Amino acid sequence: MIHFVLLISRQGKVRLTKWYSPYTQKERSKVIRELSGVILSRAPKLCNFVEWRGHKVVYKRYASLYFCMCIDDTDNELEVLEMIHHFVEILDRYFGSVCELDLIFNFHKAYYILDELLIAGELQESSKKTVARLIAAQDSLVETAKEEASSLSNIIAQATK
Amino acid sequence: MNPFSSGTRLRDMIRAIRACKTAAEERGVVRKECAAIRASINENDQDYRHRNMAKLMFIHMLGYPTHFGQMECLKLIASPGFPEKRIGYLGLMLLLDERQEVLMLVTNSLKQDLNHTNQYIVGLALCALGNICSAEMARDLAPEVERLLQFRDPNIRKKAALCSIRIIKKVPDLAENFINPATSLLREKHHGVLITGVQLCTDLCKTSTEALEHIRKKCTDGLVRSLRDLANSPYSPEYDIAGITDPFLHIRLLKLLRVLGEGDADASDSMNDILAQVATKTESNKVAGNAILYECVQTIMSIEDNGGLRVLAINILGRFLSNRDNNIRYVALNMLMRAVTADAQAVQRHRATILECVKDLDASIRKRALELVYVLVNETNVKPLVKELVDYLEVSDLDFREDLTTKICSIVAKFSPEKIWYIDQMLKVLSEAGNFVKDEVWYALIVVVSNASELHGYTVRALYRAFQTSAEQETLVRVTVWCIGEYGDMLVNNIGMLDIEDPITVTESDAVDVVEIAIKRHASDLTTKAMALVALLKLSSRFPSCSERIGEIIVQFKGNLVLELQQRAIEFNSVISKHQNIRSTLVERMPVLDEATFIGRRAGSLPGAASTATAPSVSLPNGLAKPAAPLVDLLDLSSDDPVAPSSSGGDFLQDLLGVDLSPASQQSGAGQASKSGTDVLLDLLSIGSPVQSNSVDILSSNTSNKAPVSPLDDLSSLSLSSRSTSNAGPVMDLLGGISSSPPTENNGPVYPSVTAFESSSLRLTFNFTKQPGNPQTTVIQATFTNLSSNTYTDFVFQAAVPKFLQLHLDPASGNTLPATGNGSITQTLRVTNSQHGKKSLVMRIRIAYKINGKDTLEEGQISNFPRDL
Repeated sequence: MIHFVLLISRQGKVRLTKWYSPYTQKERSKVIRELSGVILSRAPKLCNFVEWRGHKVVYKRYASLYFCMCIDDTDNELEVLEMIHHFVEILDRYFGSVCELDLIFNFHKAYYILDELLIAGELQESSKKTVARLIAAQDSLVETAKEEASSLSNIIAQATK
Repeated sequence: MNPFSSGTRLRDMIRAIRACKTAAEERGVVRKECAAIRASINENDQDYRHRNMAKLMFIHMLGYPTHFGQMECLKLIASPGFPEKRIGYLGLMLLLDERQEVLMLVTNSLKQDLNHTNQYIVGLALCALGNICSAEMARDLAPEVERLLQFRDPNIRKKAALCSIRIIKKVPDLAENFINPATSLLREKHHGVLITGVQLCTDLCKTSTEALEHIRKKCTDGLVRSLRDLANSPYSPEYDIAGITDPFLHIRLLKLLRVLGEGDADASDSMNDILAQVATKTESNKVAGNAILYECVQTIMSIEDNGGLRVLAINILGRFLSNRDNNIRYVALNMLMRAVTADAQAVQRHRATILECVKDLDASIRKRALELVYVLVNETNVKPLVKELVDYLEVSDLDFREDLTTKICSIVAKFSPEKIWYIDQMLKVLSEAGNFVKDEVWYALIVVVSNASELHGYTVRALYRAFQTSAEQETLVRVTVWCIGEYGDMLVNNIGMLDIEDPITVTESDAVDVVEIAIKRHASDLTTKAMALVALLKLSSRFPSCSERIGEIIVQFKGNLVLELQQRAIEFNSVISKHQNIRSTLVERMPVLDEATFIGRRAGSLPGAASTATAPSVSLPNGLAKPAAPLVDLLDLSSDDPVAPSSSGGDFLQDLLGVDLSPASQQSGAGQASKSGTDVLLDLLSIGSPVQSNSVDILSSNTSNKAPVSPLDDLSSLSLSSRSTSNAGPVMDLLGGISSSPPTENNGPVYPSVTAFESSSLRLTFNFTKQPGNPQTTVIQATFTNLSSNTYTDFVFQAAVPKFLQLHLDPASGNTLPATGNGSITQTLRVTNSQHGKKSLVMRIRIAYKINGKDTLEEGQISNFPRDL
């Protein structure tokens, strides 16, 4: 299973973290510090796997961002690499050629997408289209709720005038 | 409205934080935002709760504390609208983890949302449950999740399936409830549901054998069919990755088949064809294809043997290994490691390539390859492999050297065909990377050298040469110094010259130079210096011409700040100057170190025990070992006796006393000891007859052993003389009867009582009885005695035992303990040992009482229980 997902920028700033195994706050920041040290310092042509505390961390760099997933020793590293790519492609479709800034200002959207892709550290959907459709449906639910709320406040405002 | 809480929008806050030039500035902005959010929380502001939560998540991601927002998550989740719930659940997953108490409060909301009419809200709840649920929540909500596995919308079914995985991981007992709904998911066509269903079945099989049997019987054929359909399916754009339809599903199916096929010939048989098809037909030019091949190879290697398939699998790995992509090579090495057990011969064929990988630029690959080489070594290939590794050691990265050195040493020790080769290789390692060598390794080297009497001269000369070039390697220096001390004369006189050696001329003063360099080098640590000092003493007798010079060097250490060195220097100096007559006998060569004992100890005992046992014999090889050392030995040996001495290890004699006495003599003995407090050995010798056998055992086993026992001899002779006037009879009995007298009492198991715990203020003794016919259960009567002059009130005794034991405590006889032993408290304990005969009892205790109303607490661990309880 995937124990956690990390997105780290080249400067070592955290852009997204998702923990599927229990880690305390302290452990979390320690893990992030350790791993960003290891991963950011690796030369570009090396393999995308790092062995770390009995687990393996699969990472891949897209532009200025490192996508990292920590998996069990016995898991399929190549598949996780493909999973990372899958996630990036979905982000790309959603934001329209995604960049780091999209993920900074719309970090919650990135989390929503990840939640449609992984639960309990396991993959839940292999179709990019389905994920996009589910996210769009939920976004539109939020939009309608907002519109209703604003029209409601308009009515109240008019009534109390 | 509060002027703060109107605040900034999320976007503006992120901008403001990003605009910060320094960390302090950023902290300032965050502090201000947090203050505003807190104020808004205090006002119970509804309108901005949503936005505040989003801000908090961002702040959390930057690593600032956000615990004050946890309750806000719960409020958002409890609110009716979808947008609030969506952000609320996200906050819950981000800000909390399963160990926080707050999480319990959300159980009810989750339950309601799992039954919500809006399927997206159900989805949110499932997602949160799957990511952070605790065992309690899993128990409470499992029925809801189980029901949702049959929900009409497939997107909910897939979420429920993954949620079930989390639930059965948290509470394995629940697994059987999920078997039927999980297997029905395997018939689905929707890929999401199928992927999650297969994953759920895999996890079920791992948690419950019942599930494994059921799924193996009912679903294997269906799964094989699914995989065949998938592998043969035409192009479908939705799931296509690099020309392969849904590699994720491929991989999950292969993984489940692996679990089903492992250990079952029929199931393995039914999947052979499809595995062969996947292994041969899958395109291997993209990551996705290779991922499938990799998984397929793993499955072939794990399921029951099919020769043809295995060959196919190993060939795939061979292809991977020669791939130029580092990732592929990495997984190949990883997989070959697992293939070694199945087919070592096939893996050996790739040895050369693997050896190349040890020298790779990439640390991950190097590490894998080294581990693989380590398992590939055997008697036939050890020489060339070690040569390669040692050659590489010279050029390897510093951070890789430690691993590499450890592995080389271990290979050499394990497979060395002859001693001279062993010594050669170890010398090479020591001179290249001596600073990375662990203590056990050079101890072992010294033991081997000491045993190889025909190689003493060769070794000391080789070391002398190595020292000239690699004097900075600490462990090399130690071994050199030791060997020169022992065999210095062979170095100077070229004794035991082998044909392969080049002759060298070393004068006595050259040899002393080496030791002097070692002892005066700043980098040398205490061990090295102490060894050098001993070597000097030995050389002073072996090289009479240098005796004066050696004396001068030793004198310089008389003022050393380290007490050990100072004391030795003074002693050695007096040996050299005043005791010429005994010097040569005193510094004779070490007797040959017992190789078997050394290896046995290293293998058999704990690492800690090994180091205490070996350290004295090696690092202070002059026979002037500290008096503590033989006592440690004694302890070590007597642990094989039926009575295990206390783990305290502090005062061995005390233990001897405490362990072996019968209840009656216990009291008298202990009383005597506390009265006189001088010669505890007197007590040892006045022990009543029923326990003779035990104490005699310890004595005899020690005296018969080769280990140095002089202190014990001393002690016994001492006490013999002191006792002989008053009580000669029993003493002679005891010592005279060592070999002949059988144990006086031997009807059924009678266990001596033990002093389980003793402090300055309190003593606890245990008496043991067993009910006949129930060997697992021991009834222990605990007796507490107050050794101080204060009365103890509110006396409470608590005990804890490891899992293999069960403990039942009866109420104590009272809770007041009168002063100075004027009465006692007794309490009965019943211990059931489920590992009876394998493990002995162990217990941790805590004793609480009040002295004049002041709380006192004493804690301890009891491991001196008699064996076989």
